[in-house]
Amino acid sequence: MHVVVLMKQTFDTEERIRLVDGKIAEDGVKWIINPYDEYAVEEAIQLKENQGATVTVVSVGNENTTQALRTALAMGADEAVLIEAPDLSDERAIAKAIVAYLKDKSFDVLLAGNFSVDNGAGQVAIRVAHELGLPHIAAVTKLTIEGNQATGVREIDGDVQTVTATLPALFTAQQGLNEPRYPSLPNIMKAKKKPLTTLTLSDLGLSNDDVAAKVERVEVTLPPKRQAGQKITGTPDEQAEQLAEILVKALR
Amino acid sequence: MDFTLPSELEEMRRTIRDFVEHEVEPLAMQIEEEDRVPDSVLEKSKELGLFGLSIPEEYGGIGLNMLGKCVIYEELGKTINGYTTIIGAHNGIGSVGIVEFGTKEQKEKYLPRMATGEWIGAFALTEPQAGSNAAAIKTTAVKKGDRYILNGQKIYITNAPYAHVFTVMAVTDASKGAKGITSFIVERDFPGFRVGHIEKKMGLHGSHTAQIFFEDMEVPEENVLGREGEGYVNALKILANGRAGLAARCLGSCEYLLDKSLAFAHERIQFGKPIFEQQIIQHYLAEMALEIELLRTFVYRVAWMTDQKMNVIKEAAMLKLYGSEVYNRVADKAVQIHGGLGFIAEYPIERFYRDARITRIYEGTSEIQKNIIAAQLHKEYERTKADV
Ligand SMILES: Cc1cc2nc3c(=O)[nH]c(=O)nc-3n(C[C@H](O)[C@H](O)[C@H](O)COP(=O)(O)OP(=O)(O)OC[C@H]3O[C@@H](n4cnc5c(N)ncnc54)[C@H](O)[C@@H]3O)c2cc1C
Ligand SMILES: Cc1cc2nc3c(=O)[nH]c(=O)nc-3n(C[C@H](O)[C@H](O)[C@H](O)COP(=O)(O)OP(=O)(O)OC[C@H]3O[C@@H](n4cnc5c(N)ncnc54)[C@H](O)[C@@H]3O)c2cc1C
Repeated sequence: MHVVVLMKQTFDTEERIRLVDGKIAEDGVKWIINPYDEYAVEEAIQLKENQGATVTVVSVGNENTTQALRTALAMGADEAVLIEAPDLSDERAIAKAIVAYLKDKSFDVLLAGNFSVDNGAGQVAIRVAHELGLPHIAAVTKLTIEGNQATGVREIDGDVQTVTATLPALFTAQQGLNEPRYPSLPNIMKAKKKPLTTLTLSDLGLSNDDVAAKVERVEVTLPPKRQAGQKITGTPDEQAEQLAEILVKALR
Repeated sequence: MDFTLPSELEEMRRTIRDFVEHEVEPLAMQIEEEDRVPDSVLEKSKELGLFGLSIPEEYGGIGLNMLGKCVIYEELGKTINGYTTIIGAHNGIGSVGIVEFGTKEQKEKYLPRMATGEWIGAFALTEPQAGSNAAAIKTTAVKKGDRYILNGQKIYITNAPYAHVFTVMAVTDASKGAKGITSFIVERDFPGFRVGHIEKKMGLHGSHTAQIFFEDMEVPEENVLGREGEGYVNALKILANGRAGLAARCLGSCEYLLDKSLAFAHERIQFGKPIFEQQIIQHYLAEMALEIELLRTFVYRVAWMTDQKMNVIKEAAMLKLYGSEVYNRVADKAVQIHGGLGFIAEYPIERFYRDARITRIYEGTSEIQKNIIAAQLHKEYERTKADV
């Protein structure tokens, strides 16, 4: 079985976002594997351990992204591919690059995160499945593979849904799928010797036109600061009266 | 000169930092109060490979050089020191003796299980009448056929309550003084081995230090570590090897304290403004940051020198002395900046303040480090004089 994981490097979710000249400042920021993609990596490694598989992790990013790929290798992936394309911005273009890489590869399972915690579009993986004409099951919290049949369990409003698909297929990982491991120190040493290939867009036969953005980012702003609260004092009657006044004013 | 770390060490640093932050630090208060590190935390630490830092790859460890160990110890220093001490004593004084002086057979027998943490290591030198003056130990080892019979008592032995493998120093020839001491590998289930009282300590809760007794304990002769009569020198080498690692742990704790103090100074409002705006608080923080920066540079320089196989007797003593003294000064300032909160046990600062204190005492007191430095200076002087 060949499992390919689509993976993005993102900001640490605990990081404070700063804007400099209308852009998110990236200096001194801690980078991590997108948490949902980390579930995907873990799931792939568990498939490898339990059923035997080769695991390839693929990421579109820049030189800094090799750090996240090395982490995935240390967790247990066999091989990593960096598609070096720092200027790609919209999800369609990123999906195009991944499709260009995957189209002549053979694989059984494609795994990715449900969405990335930075931009949160949740599009790339689904677009890849669409372009490759593959079935996909989104946001799985349990995945079982038997032969060429996959069963994914999804949590839907207060209930669970079980969906089956025939491989090759794509699955996106939801929180709860598994508990990602810490790469062990010996595996970090071993990861150094695992193959990490870097490809450019032209290596993949893509021109600038192929990956031109269709979506333009107009502005990035921080959420408005929360207003200070207002304290209501007095006897219960007075408080009720004040509250009613405030509500009425707000509704008008 | 290049101060960048190899990328795999950066990766290890990130991993251990994450692990400490998410798996150990949330339990620090519990560990402190129960005086016990939960088995689950130790198990996860073993899975990560944290018990095989000094042990070569061929014996199942990761065989890190000193630079690598210091990176990891720095990160481990950022949480409750009792946890860090279990791991530090095992990887340092607890296993380095076998790695450095063991025969192939001894290494094959002990190291693989020590690397996984199945067998914890300890180091037993100190006795009631022999602390700083370690050559005054009285535990005897008398040869009888193909074995040695050990009798005596050790005190303050870290990891003793749960260790399986002990590096023990004992007197094989009382007429030869320090040259009559031999080191042995002792297993806790050798008949005649007994763990005594577990000490109640000011700090390092979670790590346990106990007395051990040998009562006509038989040790097979193949368990002599190194050569007969070289036990004292072995002990000094093992202790010297651990000094950079101990300083790296101090460094991590200092960084934790600076982080907390800097944040507190910005958040704590008195007299209508953050106390950070008081120049005295700024100066405390500046002094802490400066000493920490110097300590960091020194830790990694000595680690590098050690890895180049340079003689670091003087530098390692300086580093152990400086690291532990800086830790104590930084902890004192951290308490001061936190005001009353720095004294309250529901907040971590006072714990670090207590834990800091032992670093000036064990693995060679500050005074003994100064003696070592001065003795080296004297040697250097004698050497230059000889050159003239
Ligand atoms: C928590 C803890 C864990 C320990 N773990 C271990 C362990 O795992 N294995 C082990 O073998 N030991 C261990 N020890 C023992 C530790 O190494 C000794 O406590 C330390 O070496 C000091 O010895 P001492 O306590 O006998 O003090 P002493 O040697 O009696 O020293 C008392 C004071 O006199 C000073 N002094 C002594 N001689 C001189 C001198 N020549 N010049 C100037 N000043 C001097 C000392 O610096 C100190 O200030 C541990 C101790 C503690 C408290
Ligand atoms: C065990 C204990 C018992 C106590 N008992 C009592 C009691 O019985 N009754 C009672 O009323 N209180 C009591 N206290 C409170 C104690 O008096 C305060 O903790 C102390 O006054 C410091 O105040 P703080 O903790 O709010 O620290 P903060 O005032 O927040 O000070 C934090 C740091 O900022 C510094 N700082 C603050 N302002 C300035 C400034 N203008 N210039 C320079 N530096 C500044 C401080 O010196 C300190 O280093 C007790 C506290 C403890 C821990």
